[in-house]
Amino acid sequence: MKHVRAAQMIGRNSEGDLVSRPLSPFMIGTAYRAQMSSMTSIAHRITGCALGVGTLLLTLWLVCAATAAQAFADIQGLLASWLGLLMLIGFTFALFYHFCNGIRHLAWDSGRGFELGAMHRNGWIVLAASVILTAGFWLVGFLVW
Amino acid sequence: MEDPNVPVRIMRSPLGRAQGLGAARHGVGHWWAQRVTAVALLPLSLYFVASVLILAGATQARMAGFMAKPWNTVLFLCLIAALFYHLSLGLQVVIEDYVSHEGKRRGGIMLVNGLIVLSALACAVSVLKLAF
Ligand code: HEM
Repeated sequence: MKHVRAAQMIGRNSEGDLVSRPLSPFMIGTAYRAQMSSMTSIAHRITGCALGVGTLLLTLWLVCAATAAQAFADIQGLLASWLGLLMLIGFTFALFYHFCNGIRHLAWDSGRGFELGAMHRNGWIVLAASVILTAGFWLVGFLVW
Repeated sequence: MEDPNVPVRIMRSPLGRAQGLGAARHGVGHWWAQRVTAVALLPLSLYFVASVLILAGATQARMAGFMAKPWNTVLFLCLIAALFYHLSLGLQVVIEDYVSHEGKRRGGIMLVNGLIVLSALACAVSVLKLAF
């Protein structure tokens, strides 16, 4: 153990055994109540990182298209499979959530919508809007496909 | 050193205040670039979503025809630039938050940025190859 901070993370449980103290994510549900502020915040981070993984798929898609007709047909087929569609539904939801909550972030940065009541309300709006946008996207998607 | 108009003692040198550098040792550039790319991504991601719908089930020939339209070439290149820049800035913050070991933190950021540059170039070259 190199740091004082690390030492402080060690405690004893009721049996007297040494254990590492739980960090906040493990306290959600037991000692820490999920709140609009923290949940939408961590969801923004998770969706941002998920979209980062999604850029690898975007890269693969474009590279296949630029490589050969058969390579592009293969990836289009893969994306149209059940697994592919499930993945794409996940990525579209992540994009729409991050998009809507991103607008919320930009509004906060300009000093708007930061009061507790408003923050709570616009959090629900972001959640509802992402679900509606995702559903709308796939409705149109299956219609034009 | 003390500003008579500010009722608190400011614990920073005038040079530090003028440069606006805090504990992170850099200014608001990173934060601001994240916002600028976010604003750019608002219309660009909607354009991307629309183009993906247009290209649903497309063959390579249709894809190439789409990318060959000058507006699509330009907008896709703008999207790629904004997207990967925003991602690089975002992942840097995430890594800085969770990786406390300095060497691993710096190495991790470099590794991620290397992957991002590779991906971004692969995307841009593919778009150009389809377009021309
Ligand atoms: C669609 C338009 C987008 C908007 C409006 C937007 C907005 C934002 C904003 C305002 C932040 C800063 C949040 C903060 O200060 O905590 C952010 C962070 C981030 N964004 Fe985006 N973004 C968009 C698209 C994307 C895309 C497409 C990706 C992935 C390729 C992405 C990845 C990230 C990541 C990784 C972070 C860092 C998360 C964090 O620090 O917790 N964003 N975004």
